Amino acid sequence: MIFGIPLQAFLGQLLIGLINGSFYALLSLGLAIIFGLLRVINFAHGAQYMLGAFFAWMLLSYFGIGYWSALIVAPLAVGLVGAAIERTMLRRLYSLDPLYGLLFTFGLALTIEGTFRYLYGASGQPYATPAALAGGTNLGFMFLPVYRGWVIAFSLVVCIGTWLIIEKTKLGSYLRAATENPILVQSFGINVPFLLTLTYALGAALAALAGVLAAPIYQVSPLMGSNIIIVVFAVVVVGGMGSIMGAIVTGYLLGVAEGLTKVFYPEASNIVIFVIMAIVLLIRPAGLFGRDV
Amino acid sequence: MTLTLDIDKPREKKPVVAQTIFLAAGLALLVLAPLFFYPVFLMKLLCFALFACAFNLLLGYTGLLSFGHAAFFGGAAYFTAHAVKEWGLPPELGILVGVAGAAFLGAIIGYLAIRRQGIYFAMITLALAQMFYFFCLQAEFTQGEDGIQSVPRGHLFGFIDLSQSTNMYYFVLGVFIIGVAIIWRIIHSPFGMILKSIRENETRAVSLGYSVRNYKLAAFVMSAALTGLAGGVKALVFQFATLTDVSWQMSGEVILMTLLGGIGTLIGPLFGAGLVVTLQNYLATSEFPVTIITGLVFMVCVLLFRRGIVGEFYNSRLGRKLGFEHRH
Repeated sequence: MIFGIPLQAFLGQLLIGLINGSFYALLSLGLAIIFGLLRVINFAHGAQYMLGAFFAWMLLSYFGIGYWSALIVAPLAVGLVGAAIERTMLRRLYSLDPLYGLLFTFGLALTIEGTFRYLYGASGQPYATPAALAGGTNLGFMFLPVYRGWVIAFSLVVCIGTWLIIEKTKLGSYLRAATENPILVQSFGINVPFLLTLTYALGAALAALAGVLAAPIYQVSPLMGSNIIIVVFAVVVVGGMGSIMGAIVTGYLLGVAEGLTKVFYPEASNIVIFVIMAIVLLIRPAGLFGRDV
Repeated sequence: MTLTLDIDKPREKKPVVAQTIFLAAGLALLVLAPLFFYPVFLMKLLCFALFACAFNLLLGYTGLLSFGHAAFFGGAAYFTAHAVKEWGLPPELGILVGVAGAAFLGAIIGYLAIRRQGIYFAMITLALAQMFYFFCLQAEFTQGEDGIQSVPRGHLFGFIDLSQSTNMYYFVLGVFIIGVAIIWRIIHSPFGMILKSIRENETRAVSLGYSVRNYKLAAFVMSAALTGLAGGVKALVFQFATLTDVSWQMSGEVILMTLLGGIGTLIGPLFGAGLVVTLQNYLATSEFPVTIITGLVFMVCVLLFRRGIVGEFYNSRLGRKLGFEHRH
């Protein structure tokens, strides 16, 4: 018993919180990377997450290609689509006010979501948990479904891996330099337009990866993206988009906060992240890890 | 961080004859419209046009993109519907309740959102409006998924029966004209000039000694209140208030109407609302989802057509000749 709540229920919600937090972290990480370099808030991030899940589902039901391949193929496909969109359309908006980028990607999200709703209906499609990760283990104090443990572990690896790429590799140093001063970086002979395309593709692929991870947990539905993206926006406001690590940490923290609210005051669990956002705005408007941009 | 707009009020030195003719023709058209069109369709159009004009006061004239105006539109619809149905208030007071409620919500959301700028402002308004959506989903007075049904239209000032659609139409038209006149008054006042200076260069406005925060908050609350006016009237027109009006899709719709018609033009949103409402009516009977079209129009507008219909007209050769040319 913790604070009058049975330990089982407490840990169960903590687990759900960590799972949601994994998705928040992956998605806000992608948003932060794209925003850092492109100065575009990618409203289509939710749609790209949905696309990832749908591609995994289509690969399985049309071609019999399983989860493990989908984990690589779906993000690649969504990344390529993202690169094409950046090359042909998004690129034209960089010189304008950032709000136009938001409006463009909002339209993109509506179009993608509407198309899938038209083709597959609003109801969800089930996606079976891969055989290797089915079942669960008894940890003694709680029952842990293996797949959920996998999601938490894998998303942590991806988040930290992405952080390492950006902070510790040569490519990452180009990206960071281009964030600070694109013109100077270009004059050193580095292909900045290509970096921009690559960054958008990387962000979209991260969203799709989160989508594939989510497929066996939630139903694969055309609406799954728009449901999560607004919460992720709140996460991004709380974390501030100045820091990659900030985005990751805030994602997990708010996921856990949401899970714990479900234990203590279920009615507020839908809005707790927004309430936290409001409080952070009052106390520390730049966000927990933010540099004001 | 301001929207690049080269649209402003018409140049004054040119004769305003053409504009007066346009205005008179437009008014005559609106007065005679019920002879040719289905009144409920026209009323819906006017409500959304007022909504879009109120939204444009914030986006076009202050340079603030709110992604949460559905909270004020749908919120006012709930407040008015509740006041008229449960408290038995007459329609004019019911609408006032809606306006006051929307202004109150606007003060809270605005106070929080203006603490950040630009892109963050948009995300914060979106998140707070979504929070209000969840509140409406769970609160008792909104009656959840059903919404507030069969709201009586009542008698205006006690003697004009609004259940007759002709009476209702002219009432809605009257509210619309008053609303647009208020917006015109605001943007042509010294206060409106300061809003535009904030839009053009916020830092300079600060250094000139204006308390930009207070101006932004005031503009936000005014925009929310006028949006509430549109939402309250809409609840009476359709005689219900539901979750649709507070959803984020509604916030997106009003942005589209404004963008399509012309950000920063007084009558642009009217045209944008007309097009979007007509399109929705047209597609309502088909299987084809409106969101695909809406999304595509968004993308095309942002890529190729940022001035919107009215903005493009003002900038065209004909528009310049007629004296609509704009200062940069």
